[in-house]
Amino acid sequence: MPRWDRVKKSFFDWERLTDSFPRLLDAFVLDIKIFAWTTPCILIVAVLIAIARSTRTPALFPVRIFVIAYTDIMRGVPVILWIYLVGFGVPGIGLERPWNSPLIWGSVALGMTYSAYVAEVFRAGIESVHESQRAAARSLGLSSSQTMRHVILPQAIRRVVPPLMNDMVSLQKDVALVSLIGPIEILRQAGIDKAKFANFTPFVGAALIFLAITIPLTRLTDWLLTRERDRTGASKIR
Amino acid sequence: MNVKLTLNSVAKSFGDNRVLRDISLTISTGEVVSFIGASGSGKTTLLRCINLLETVDSGSILLDGADITAVGLDANPIRRRIGIVFQSFNLFPHLSIRRNVTLALTEVLGKSADDANETASSLLARFGLSDKIDSYPDRLSGGQQQRVAIARALALNPEVLLLDEITSALDPELVGEVLDVVRELKGSGITLLLATHEMGFAREISDRVCFLAEGVVAEAGLPEQIFSQPTDPRTQQFLQRVIAAGRLRG
Repeated sequence: MPRWDRVKKSFFDWERLTDSFPRLLDAFVLDIKIFAWTTPCILIVAVLIAIARSTRTPALFPVRIFVIAYTDIMRGVPVILWIYLVGFGVPGIGLERPWNSPLIWGSVALGMTYSAYVAEVFRAGIESVHESQRAAARSLGLSSSQTMRHVILPQAIRRVVPPLMNDMVSLQKDVALVSLIGPIEILRQAGIDKAKFANFTPFVGAALIFLAITIPLTRLTDWLLTRERDRTGASKIR
Repeated sequence: MNVKLTLNSVAKSFGDNRVLRDISLTISTGEVVSFIGASGSGKTTLLRCINLLETVDSGSILLDGADITAVGLDANPIRRRIGIVFQSFNLFPHLSIRRNVTLALTEVLGKSADDANETASSLLARFGLSDKIDSYPDRLSGGQQQRVAIARALALNPEVLLLDEITSALDPELVGEVLDVVRELKGSGITLLLATHEMGFAREISDRVCFLAEGVVAEAGLPEQIFSQPTDPRTQQFLQRVIAAGRLRG
């Protein structure tokens, strides 16, 4: 490999890495912040969407149509496009500071798309709860909303924790897309350092930082999956 | 005897399948009525219609003289008065035994947690389940789960209790403990309607036995009469098959 020396120099330069690393870590705090505030919003909105889609009340038909359209549209367009459209578009209507920040609206765009994906996960969970559970709850005189709250949703959420964690690992990485409309988070910081050094090593540093978070999260997901399988008693076929 | 429940020409179809064609019955307060018949004869559907889990296509069901199948009626207050126990228990797996029993007490009747716990404790003690009160349904045997399900239905103090093949999903050695609970309920003033394949038990406990076939009550009468001198050929044929299968002494 005659080119290996060059690749090594431009991607795995130890000095550049140690130089850039503290700045990357600093910038990564912003990624964590975006992740931390979008996650609860996503979970709440997604549960509401999933409930709206699962409701059988005829009077709520328009709501169902609305949330179906929402999930279809959000999932049908690449995340990055929503970040551009919402992140640049909404501040463009002339909001006052600090509400005109692309950072805020970029994260909102991220939250909107992810809530549509996560809603589908919750919906699958809700539909996986057997009809007989609903019958048992209703036969005791619980209303349909009490049935959802006390019987269906708790069981549904337990079942979807592993796939949910999967989406959270994805989200953790996609936070970097917000950098494309301005905020200096880790990916953008790596880009700045790359330009400064004329060397790609900062990108490798950023990758290492992501891995330090996503690998433990993934392992946790696997562990939860195994535990869920053991708990429900489905034995492995060899 | 007061009339508790009246069925007037109840009919129910699922698609082209006319499960109930024309069921009319009058059931007195405190009466124990068993529904027997082949699988698919409509026993379960009938009980689910009475609990309003299914809506009748035509005909009506009266509880204490009031039509509970009227269009636009709120089913929830009616369901509190009519409990149902299912073949497959249908306990809430994510809730403790205690909470399975208290859920409707606190959420539907608005009782305090203390009141509800007291009711649950005494009901579960009555059915020999005191030591299971903090367990979860998965940890219990089928017979124990079914007894919890009965306690859960009874917690609301229903006037009518529907038992839908409550021993069909149990191992044979667990059937007895569940039937003992039902024996204990007889005479407590509660009106019991059973769909069952336990012919011996139906014969023993029932005030009246109804044989369902092709969506109608083919024959109804005292247990002795139905089991010893059935008049309808369909009843005769059914009982012969049951005896041949060893489920009833001839």
